[in-house]
Amino acid sequence: MYMIVVGGGRVGYYLTKALLDEGHEVLVIEKEAAICENICDELGSIALRGDGCEAATLAEAGTGRADMLIAVTGDDEDNLVACQVAKHKFNVPRTIARIRNPQNEALFNKLGIDVAVSSTNIILENIEEEVPTHPLTHLLTLRDKGLEIVEVKIPPESITIGKSVRELSLPEESKLVLIISKMGRPRMPTAQAILQAGDQIIALTTPETEEALRTALRGA
Amino acid sequence: MRVRTMKVIILGCGRVGAQLAALLDGDGHQVTVLDRDSYSFRRLSPNFNGTALLGHGIRQDVLKRAGIEEADVFVAVTEGDNRNVMAAQIAKHIFNVPKVICRIYDPIRQELYQTLGLETICPTTVFAQLLREKVEG
Repeated sequence: MYMIVVGGGRVGYYLTKALLDEGHEVLVIEKEAAICENICDELGSIALRGDGCEAATLAEAGTGRADMLIAVTGDDEDNLVACQVAKHKFNVPRTIARIRNPQNEALFNKLGIDVAVSSTNIILENIEEEVPTHPLTHLLTLRDKGLEIVEVKIPPESITIGKSVRELSLPEESKLVLIISKMGRPRMPTAQAILQAGDQIIALTTPETEEALRTALRGA
Repeated sequence: MRVRTMKVIILGCGRVGAQLAALLDGDGHQVTVLDRDSYSFRRLSPNFNGTALLGHGIRQDVLKRAGIEEADVFVAVTEGDNRNVMAAQIAKHIFNVPKVICRIYDPIRQELYQTLGLETICPTTVFAQLLREKVEG
């Protein structure tokens, strides 16, 4: 595939390297001459100096035949505009934007950007996973479906310990997928399965019922 | 003739933003000017009755603080085309502001966003046209 990466900073550089390794044709658009030179020295002549938000630069980059444009500059507004120009002026089938401010995710989706990747959210989620006392951890978001896979830990003092899954008032929009005991033994969350202290529960839920699910599993 | 009082948010307190604020304030409208640099507010006249608010205009929480949910008009006139375009789209698509006007210096981007439904003004085209009339007239 032919992919255009806008922004040759750290994210752009390593992304380009990974895409090249996978055998794709990649072009990086970068404003700074020194960064362009560095990319060309290290990865071959695949950097174009220019403003990736300007139609003239995108035309020069052959955006009309690109399968994908990925905007990863440090500024949300520049990433938005690069993707919108690519989409509406050059009919690029898939546009991906990096966002720094998680608030912008809904806006970008509404404005037709195919994927908005929030680096801030990803870092937060990874840290959440490493904090043992965190009541609910996001493992995966299924974007188009409005669903997410989460992990809930049952603390030793939880009032739900000793109860069976049937006795829990789980919200309708969520489904338990797996229970993993403190010793690391997995078991199926059948109606008869009994919750034990230290269990890790993997569940599928909508973002709206996440809170209700957590309460149902751990007690208020 | 008395004009209806409107709530107007102006993003960017540059020369144009400050002057527009003074004009609309003079007409009796309720004006809030937003800029990320407090030094820009020096351009507002001492008689300005409106509000000057410090903050980034592409942040939804900042726009809320500026009262965008009740605003009748939103005008984006920062120095950055992309910032204006993004703020204008937030105003239009997230907060449903009835009238949104956006300055875009780049004629190509202006044309694109005009077709995408934003009300845009390109000073480059307008001024070049004016100069042409001066030169030829």
